[in-house]
Amino acid sequence: MSEYLSILIFILIGTGIVLFTFLLSRLIRPHNPYHAKNLNYECAEEPVGNSWFQFNNRFYIFALIFVIFDVEVIFLFPWAVAFGQLGLFALVEMVIFILILFFGIFYAWKKGALKWV
Amino acid sequence: MTLDMFIFVFSAIVAVFGATMMISQRNPVAAVLYLIVSLVAQAVLYVQLGSVFMGAVLIIVYAGAILVLFVFVIMMLNLRGKEDLGDNSPPISRATKYIISMLMVAEFVFIVHGSVFSGPGGGMLEAETVAGFGSVEGIAKLLFTRYLYPFELTSILLLSAVVGAVVMAKRREIHEQSDSGSVSIDNDSNEGVK
Amino acid sequence: MLEMVLITLIKVLVVVVAVLTGCAYSTYMERKVLGRLQNRIGPSYAGPFGLLQPLADGLKLIFKEDIVPSNVERITFALAPMIAFIPALLSFAVIPFSSDFELFGYHITGMLSDLNIGILFIFAVTSLGVYGIVLAGWSSGSKYSLLGGLRATAQMISYEVAYGLSIIGVILIANTLSMRELVAIQEGITNWIIWKQPFGFLLYITAAIAETNRAPFDLPEAESELVAGYHTEYSSMRFSMFFIGEYANMLAVASVGTTLFFGGWNGPFLPPVLWFVIKVVAFMFCYIWLRATFPRLRYDQLMNFGWKVLFPLALLNTMVTAAWVML
Repeated sequence: MSEYLSILIFILIGTGIVLFTFLLSRLIRPHNPYHAKNLNYECAEEPVGNSWFQFNNRFYIFALIFVIFDVEVIFLFPWAVAFGQLGLFALVEMVIFILILFFGIFYAWKKGALKWV
Repeated sequence: MTLDMFIFVFSAIVAVFGATMMISQRNPVAAVLYLIVSLVAQAVLYVQLGSVFMGAVLIIVYAGAILVLFVFVIMMLNLRGKEDLGDNSPPISRATKYIISMLMVAEFVFIVHGSVFSGPGGGMLEAETVAGFGSVEGIAKLLFTRYLYPFELTSILLLSAVVGAVVMAKRREIHEQSDSGSVSIDNDSNEGVK
Repeated sequence: MLEMVLITLIKVLVVVVAVLTGCAYSTYMERKVLGRLQNRIGPSYAGPFGLLQPLADGLKLIFKEDIVPSNVERITFALAPMIAFIPALLSFAVIPFSSDFELFGYHITGMLSDLNIGILFIFAVTSLGVYGIVLAGWSSGSKYSLLGGLRATAQMISYEVAYGLSIIGVILIANTLSMRELVAIQEGITNWIIWKQPFGFLLYITAAIAETNRAPFDLPEAESELVAGYHTEYSSMRFSMFFIGEYANMLAVASVGTTLFFGGWNGPFLPPVLWFVIKVVAFMFCYIWLRATFPRLRYDQLMNFGWKVLFPLALLNTMVTAAWVML
């Protein structure tokens, strides 16, 4: 348990240092905002239109595929750790598991879902 | 109060606080952030119970993968939390909303009170009694012996999720072609997944 | 109990200060090495050989005005630099820097926290690193930021799978998730895991460079098209948090790579800490060398490479390693 406690201390001190530098900088830096300075950067022009646009949902598809294969990787971790004790049977099981998912990525590939235009 | 108890109470409070803030936020990205806070607190609880692998999975899969997906959806639908999301429903349905949520809370209190805290040792320390419980090796052994069949079925489940993603990608393309290449999002194709 | 907490506290402070100094001098090293590789001399005015340059940069950034554009989402805008920096720092909690040693009669371990799931912890922390970037891009209210943040997120999640898989190969050989045991089994240069996992190492370094958004995978901040990507609108200390975070991530990747593949602090004659530092510096040199050598990829090439080349190869590597361990 003490191992996790030191991580907690680490997080607290890390956050503390960040906050401290922010505070220090706030105390000594100039503060002089005006309208033109507070505009978004857009090549020194007045920003055109709303920057909060909707975007290609291909990003979403990739995130979905990522979630699926992230779960697969997570299953691999305990398998890899206990591999020495589990032996051939576990290898066969994992090969089946991976082949099924490999079929998935192959299918997505052939159907063009992994194609980035 | 021992340190263990303090950490337990503190993370439990943070978890509940994060979850409550999550559902009461108007800004969807802030809601996701609170959900991450809640998940991290829950991971601490898992680790405290000796179930370190579950704690890690909670962070890696939920906080690190599924919530990224949520953020993408929020950005894709361009939700900013500035739209009027006020409650326009008739008073009767608003009343039922509160009654049902109160009933749910009462039910949870009843279940938790009845089962967990009345057990021996307050129910909290039982995990310690099984050797290797929740450790990565322990999970691997169970996964490849007793729960082998569900494990293999998981791969089929994940495969069907891939197929779902592919179908969505295909629909979007068809939509785009008919819509002269606009990048606006296709509401119809998203409903299938939700 | 109090003694233990005090020792931990001192160790934490030492590690944090060391990492921050390391980040500062990584920027110096990058500018110096990159300069040499491009026939320049790099920073040379502040102090001897320009050694005080990082200090001068830090001072400059602290004194800079913090410009917050009027249409940002204020809370997330303020939180994003912290969320980007802290996960980068957290990886160092489980990295063994040195062997155990005795100091003033106390037995001190050479790492902050010997978790028995050390590698999973690093993987978890890496997976959280995405949020600082996506939130910075989303909250800035700038087109460049949003595009940069989106690109960075999609890139990081695409390479995270390959990153995890490349680690699996090492675990298959070592059969442990503990960083301490990993170093212990790699005593002597012939036992380094790199000899058993050369291909896994290539996968690791490729995926890790993409994870940290470095050249040739630095699409999120492709300056010719996106100005500065997700941190376009940031200035002053907030900007420097992203900057330090990026270098902390590079150092973390180098340290994890050293521990996983190159025997960690193991080495003859010199003290273990020094061996660790030498290996990490060599790693960082490769990072900079790669930046000087390779042109930036196009985004579609990047995604194709991640999903159609790196991911299947990583799966194949896992299977071959498993079969090899079996025999």
